[in-house]
Amino acid sequence: MTALEFTIVVLALSALAGFLGALTGLGGGVIVVPALTLALGVDMKYAIGASLVSVIATSSGAAAAYVREGFSNIRIGMFLEIATTIGAVVGAFLAGRVSTHALAIVFGLVLLQAAYQSFKGSPGQGRNIASDKLAARLLMGGDYPVEGKHQQYGVRNVPGGFAMMFGAGALSGLLGIGSGAVKVIAMDRVMHIPFKVSTTTSNFMIGVTAAASAGLYLSRGYIEPRVAMPVMLGVLFGALVGARVLVHARVKTLRLVFGVVILALAIEMIVNGFMGKV
Amino acid sequence: MDDRRLETIIGQLLRAGVLLAAATVFAGGALYLVRHHAEPANYHNFVAGLANTRSVPGIVVSAAHGQSEAIIELGLVLLILTPIARVVIALVGFLLERDRLYAVVSLIVLLILISSLMRAA
Repeated sequence: MTALEFTIVVLALSALAGFLGALTGLGGGVIVVPALTLALGVDMKYAIGASLVSVIATSSGAAAAYVREGFSNIRIGMFLEIATTIGAVVGAFLAGRVSTHALAIVFGLVLLQAAYQSFKGSPGQGRNIASDKLAARLLMGGDYPVEGKHQQYGVRNVPGGFAMMFGAGALSGLLGIGSGAVKVIAMDRVMHIPFKVSTTTSNFMIGVTAAASAGLYLSRGYIEPRVAMPVMLGVLFGALVGARVLVHARVKTLRLVFGVVILALAIEMIVNGFMGKV
Repeated sequence: MDDRRLETIIGQLLRAGVLLAAATVFAGGALYLVRHHAEPANYHNFVAGLANTRSVPGIVVSAAHGQSEAIIELGLVLLILTPIARVVIALVGFLLERDRLYAVVSLIVLLILISSLMRAA
């Protein structure tokens, strides 16, 4: 394959990944990494390096739109970023110690979880509980628009959410993904933050988390410019288009299709990891 | 300045940063393809690559010499800086609001980010 052919194929795959990632809310990384490694035989380290920069691009690129909607909570995000950035540094450090086969297997397991998540769909919303003591001292509660009115919400179990965010950061640094799904679970299920606030705050956090491992990735040479260039441009383009059509899309059907795709990728990733092919 | 206004400014700045980064990556990529389009692309085995695309000063110097891969990498470094800029602005915002607790929280996050980026300095 020539450099031109490689660039075009990766650009197309990445645009598709970014598009589907934006529509389902799971991000482009979970598709880009298996597509590069399984379909094109790119080394896992280059794949996660390219994925990591595309994660930053979509997170920062979409921020303006999310802010306009008025859902994200900057205090919750900033506080939990202490956990995700420390986790990301630890994860990026581990990525250099762990074999590529082991990375592929862990990646497959994360894909399995993402597939499960997309089959199950999003949980119900509309909690308006009061904050517990610690969350109140940290001034984490806020309000978000519901049918034109400001709906107050409180926050619970900050230590539990904080611990899970450390895990989300470690996965992000280890695998070059945004791990937005884990972040949403930490906020929505563990800390009882409304789903809309959780997803938008998670998107905000993903870029900062990824930036924490980017320095290590860069110094190790994981961010190969010739691979990262089409991935970053493709995912960014796909994500921007995806965000536009999101309003009209039949999200339920899409999540099912997406779930089947990543389930297949998960199995292939794990099998290849065990057989030493990735 | 309230939180919402702060977040709006942050959001617009991030988008401008991403557009600048994407334009730089695109320019470097176009230059790379013009010069090297027929060369074989093989990324099957990881090699750490040249030192001049693995450290920020090396990237800046090589990009200034018109090396296409370094221009792409420069765009990627700009991209990595956007979330860091976001934390800096949040820190300034919290200081203006005299919110000491969250100014400290932002400072901790910023120090972690900088210490990681120093690895590539």
